[in-house]
Amino acid sequence: MTIRTALCAASTLAICAAGSAFADGHQTTVTIATVNNGDMIRMQGLTDAFTEQHPDIALEWVTLEENVLRQRVTQDIATQGGQFDVLTIGMYETPIWAEQGWLVALDDMGEDYDADDILPAMREGLSYDGTLYAAPFYGESSMVMYRTDLFEEAGIDMPMEPTWQQVADAARQLTDRDAEQYGICLRGKAGWGENMAFITTVGNAFGARWFDEDWNAQADSPEWSEAINFYNDLLTDAGPPGAATNGFNENLALFQQGRCAMWIDATVAASFVTNPDDSEVADSVGFALAPDAGNGKRSNWLWAWALAVPSGSDATEEAKTFISWATSKDYIELVAENEGWANVPPGARTSLYETAEYQDVPFAEMTLNSINAANPSEPTVDPVPYVGVQYVAIPEWQGMGTAAGQEFSAMLAGQQTPEEALQKVQDLFNEEMEAAGYR
Amino acid sequence: MARAASTGAKIGWSALAWAIGLLIFFPILWTILTSFKTEAEAIASPPSLFAFDWTLENYGVVQERSNYVRFLWNSVIIAGGSTLLGIVIAVPAAWAMAFQPTKRTKDILLWMLSTKMLPAVGVLYPIYLICIQLGVLDSKAALVFILMLINLPIIVWMLYTYFREIPGEILEAARMDGASLRSEILYVLTPMAVPGIASTILLNFILAWNEAFWTLNLTAVNAAPLTAFIASYSSPEGLFFAKLSAASTMAIAPILILGWFSQKQLVRGLTFGAVK
Repeated sequence: MTIRTALCAASTLAICAAGSAFADGHQTTVTIATVNNGDMIRMQGLTDAFTEQHPDIALEWVTLEENVLRQRVTQDIATQGGQFDVLTIGMYETPIWAEQGWLVALDDMGEDYDADDILPAMREGLSYDGTLYAAPFYGESSMVMYRTDLFEEAGIDMPMEPTWQQVADAARQLTDRDAEQYGICLRGKAGWGENMAFITTVGNAFGARWFDEDWNAQADSPEWSEAINFYNDLLTDAGPPGAATNGFNENLALFQQGRCAMWIDATVAASFVTNPDDSEVADSVGFALAPDAGNGKRSNWLWAWALAVPSGSDATEEAKTFISWATSKDYIELVAENEGWANVPPGARTSLYETAEYQDVPFAEMTLNSINAANPSEPTVDPVPYVGVQYVAIPEWQGMGTAAGQEFSAMLAGQQTPEEALQKVQDLFNEEMEAAGYR
Repeated sequence: MARAASTGAKIGWSALAWAIGLLIFFPILWTILTSFKTEAEAIASPPSLFAFDWTLENYGVVQERSNYVRFLWNSVIIAGGSTLLGIVIAVPAAWAMAFQPTKRTKDILLWMLSTKMLPAVGVLYPIYLICIQLGVLDSKAALVFILMLINLPIIVWMLYTYFREIPGEILEAARMDGASLRSEILYVLTPMAVPGIASTILLNFILAWNEAFWTLNLTAVNAAPLTAFIASYSSPEGLFFAKLSAASTMAIAPILILGWFSQKQLVRGLTFGAVK
């Protein structure tokens, strides 16, 4: 091949690539942006049932890591890019995006859909101004998962509604560092959806709040001091080494290997830790409500992965048709038929918890009780100007929450004291609120 | 004695080179090994290097869930198209800078390189909006063009360096023999710089293949390459490391094989002119 031929071929290939790409055009399919978790993967595998019922609708999936998805979807929706017709979003984004007019209201899903069957806590968290903007695919709260065998051996009873002090006492008693057994595993990895989600719920139980009614930061309050010192001391005394970098997945791995006597985290973890294929302790896991500190609020959060339609979509009706199928009672039954009741998407519909077969699933009742115990409108002991149990539902929270999470992570790593971390967070929050015009 | 010392030194240097090579290769080796483990074995502590039940299950699951061939084809088109388009533009540009320099040539070269110093995210929104306006969001054409622009400074710089090694007198002789500018570049300059051009193509193909910022941000379904394929297996709630490793291995396999077969050419090109 001569050089000329090579260059001609190169140009032709480049031009062909460009040409074929321009010819891609826009398809009349429903493009779904989603995250890579068990329930979503299961849904992708079952969509033949949908396309058989709706041969005129083709489905395309874009699966991304949670943070990438959040950034991509925000970018697309804010610029009206129109790349997606169905978005997988959470409780945090829904009211904020609905207020901006970025989402299509889902108040006309048809009589068969039975929107009143959606769990009230989920419905409230996914609505704006009383209108539903995202349909819950699955919901979760947080709870205590503990090793029944270790508790039995040590002669400790785990109450169904434990206090933080009971949890801390048991954690210290069950820690055996020589045997690499740790009393408790908790989130320490920095991030508004990682350690800040957990720390915020600890604060809720201890009577702390991030802001007063006038958006003045409250991180320097005695309640936060007590909560953060408690969290820091507990993980230092009874947590695994390197707890400052442990998030959901790291703690899941530790618990499945039998290294944690207790783990407080998302209820969705229950199906993982009780799965004998992945977990060495599958047959000895018990569940209890997230702890409280005697102030009337528990440390359990509320979250839902929900499906929404962006206002820039040109396939709104088809997208709604898909959402009504994916979040319907029929879909739950379809999953149960194919994968068993333990694998149906939990926490979205009341009727699921009334189903006799589902009541036999070991973590079903505790999941429902945990979800019902969370109130996003009144998450704290004292009144606050925001909604959200484990986050503050304002657009600025992603950035400031993550920055605060870094301070607490550094504290766990021993780089600063709880008081120093709290003072930095106090200053940061006040600066952010002032810059954003809240105060 | 001297010979013994020399042999000892050779063994020592060889061992050091192997150790460094293995250290650099270890993350890839670990990914490949993890892809053959079960999810439980993938997170086992202490981990086992080879003593585990080897399984192809993860590859089966990945194959079932994703259309690998479509992602692969998109990667080939995007990486190949952007590299070749870049070469077509850069060869004349590098020729001009190497053989017809002006007072500003060095400044232009530095300016071109300075575009690499801008964080990509700084121009994400303008480029995203331009793509929307032109209707080329999620198209291979947009990525071919953007990745070509991103890699063009490196291509020009590399070719400029190779061309500078070629004596200008040879080109002058060609001109005196009546060669046109086109003939001079095509039939005299380019054949002499083939090793350099080949290594430039290879290096930029690898860079474009692995590019993950623009390919993740500007694609959805139609143009998503293998970087998007890998990203779809990352999960914050669930341990799917073995499947993620299988997806990663499938994504890097083509470029590893290409690099393996062309390593001689690549090394020859990269060291072109280094030893006079």
